[in-house]
Amino acid sequence: MSGIPHDHYEPKTGGEKWLHKRLPVVGLMYDTIMIPTPKNLNWMWIWGIVLTFCLVLQIVTGIVLVMHYTPHVDMAFASVEHIMRNVNGGHMLRYLHANGASLFFIAVYAHIFRGLYYGSYKAPREITWIIGMLIFLAMMGTGFMGYVLPWGQMSFWGATVITGLFGAIPFIGEPIQTWLLGGPAVDNPTLNRFFSLHYLLPFIIVGLVAVHIWAFHTTGNNNPTGVEVRRGSKAEAEKDTVPFWPYFVIKDLFALAVIMAVFWAVVGFMPNYLGHPDNYIEANPLVTPAHIVPEWYFLPFYAILRAFTSEVWVVQFASFVTGGIVDAKFFGVLAMFGSIAVMAIVPWLDTSSVRSGRYRPMFKWWFWLLVIDFFALMWLGAMPAEEPYASFALIGSAYWFGYFLVILPILGVIEKPTAQPATIEEDFEAHYGKKSGAGSDAATAPAE
Amino acid sequence: MMKKLAISAAFALAMAPIGAMAAGGGDQHIEDFAFSFEGPFGTFDRNQLQRGLQIYTEVCAACHGLKQVPIRTLSDEGGPQMPEDQIRVYAADNFEVFDPELDDFRPATPVDHFPANDSLGAPDLSLMAKARAGFHGPYGLGLNQMFRGMGGAEYIASILTGYTGEEKEEAGVILYENTAFPGGWLSMGPPLSDEQVEFADGHSNTVHHMAQDVSAFLMWAAEPKLMARKQAGFVGVLFLTFLSVLLYLTNKRIWAPIKGKKTD
Repeated sequence: MSGIPHDHYEPKTGGEKWLHKRLPVVGLMYDTIMIPTPKNLNWMWIWGIVLTFCLVLQIVTGIVLVMHYTPHVDMAFASVEHIMRNVNGGHMLRYLHANGASLFFIAVYAHIFRGLYYGSYKAPREITWIIGMLIFLAMMGTGFMGYVLPWGQMSFWGATVITGLFGAIPFIGEPIQTWLLGGPAVDNPTLNRFFSLHYLLPFIIVGLVAVHIWAFHTTGNNNPTGVEVRRGSKAEAEKDTVPFWPYFVIKDLFALAVIMAVFWAVVGFMPNYLGHPDNYIEANPLVTPAHIVPEWYFLPFYAILRAFTSEVWVVQFASFVTGGIVDAKFFGVLAMFGSIAVMAIVPWLDTSSVRSGRYRPMFKWWFWLLVIDFFALMWLGAMPAEEPYASFALIGSAYWFGYFLVILPILGVIEKPTAQPATIEEDFEAHYGKKSGAGSDAATAPAE
Repeated sequence: MMKKLAISAAFALAMAPIGAMAAGGGDQHIEDFAFSFEGPFGTFDRNQLQRGLQIYTEVCAACHGLKQVPIRTLSDEGGPQMPEDQIRVYAADNFEVFDPELDDFRPATPVDHFPANDSLGAPDLSLMAKARAGFHGPYGLGLNQMFRGMGGAEYIASILTGYTGEEKEEAGVILYENTAFPGGWLSMGPPLSDEQVEFADGHSNTVHHMAQDVSAFLMWAAEPKLMARKQAGFVGVLFLTFLSVLLYLTNKRIWAPIKGKKTD
């Protein structure tokens, strides 16, 4: 499967040979788990395993929760309380599932920003990146619909606000919104279809994850230097790589255990910290909460959504040019989806020939500013839509788009990158010293 | 029509910059009561929960329901943990439930839930201690809540002790000033007064103490598995820490020959 030369599975016993001729499943597993992996991967390469774990955790806890949950507006809230009070271990299952969503998003954001810093999206890994973005979108859909199921106040009003976004689309918006909701407002049909889709989407994510892994197993992993593995011969490739098992499996499991310890502390000691107290009030269509706040992982994009009010000149301009078809509400929706779209097409926006941010002195500053921007938007998304937050949110949104649409294309042209190591082996030896007997020149690669 | 109105209201809130609505209770004063169940190792005080149950039964239950809580859970571990026969008598003496099979009311049994009670429009208290929060700071980041809990029980106790004694009439309704309530005025009159409830063991029955007792009871009602959860958390963290150490050592050992450090 991999383009990097390595040993393939050879069936030895009669039984193995028999099976291999008919279904080479053992060979597929062997090649997947033994894939040559750049040996200089740092600790930011652990998030893939964490994400895989999250997906399994959410599906397993979710399937058990479904056994006790009732998707009906009159019974959903009480059935969640039934899980919390009467089901054996139900309170742990539900808290694991609810907080598991947060861990999932922490990991995916770390994973995405890792990719953005080390240029993992660049050729030949564009497909891996695009599929990753599709997974991210599916996760957001799943997370949003899952939050509706307990049928608390935030569930109900969050669903009302977010499905209302589709109503902002000119001409066809209202029929689409009605179609999504299954009626004129959020009600039992909405809860039922969200429940159905919340169960379906994770399995679509499983499929996408398989393709995601297939894609990067074809191109090989990126690594902190961005320098490709040498593929001239197996011996050459082995100087740059180690097999995924056991080296990275054990390393990733160690990282996962540390993260799990923290996660378990959150679940055990403060399981409601990341939730909103209003969701412990049963949904009431007649009472609007004072603050409608989405889950923390949507806040940066929620801030972008709200940033473009009718007072912003870009919005006024768009409205004028389109004869009022694009109003502030629709502009906000476009901006929110656009903020993810610009991230998805970053392989074609970044013009630099150097892959890793480590060797890009100017890029580094802009990148870290983007990270700060992301957290600032997250904070602003939770703040009331009033001054001075509104202005800051507008600046933050502008920088988000500016980074992808202006800064990255220009940087590639004007930036003078620093020297990259010739090989991964050189970089690795600069960190850890030479392996006895290895015959390569002394490295002068920048150490971290 | 109402739904449409409500939806437009939601839109207005979410999409438009409205200054007035957003502040949402910056003027509240939530007192930081020292509850026994705070922090990673905090546990419920069984006697306090039993006193709280008595206050709920004699005072709050007149207007507020507790419909999510099964009466039998009063005997569960990590709760008031009352003897089962005592609960049977308690249920029969204090509550009547409607039985669809008899088509009539009958005395409650332990398998019934506490009855709902919305005769006066008072909110159900089953989850009140989780549906409210205190300690939003600093700067709205909520970091205080990591260490001191979400503050739901503190909120309830602060409401019960937060009456200033001022009253006003608005549209035919009497409102009472309260320093803990968002907006400062609520329609519930001061429910507790000193020495209102007599405890069998002669425990202090000032408003200040009773407010804490009933808030602790409501915290248990909202989160009956709190103690089991913290214990699972403690065991899990310990186990995972140990596993991390083992995996750290395994990882170091496996990589040693690759990393070319001094190996044996």
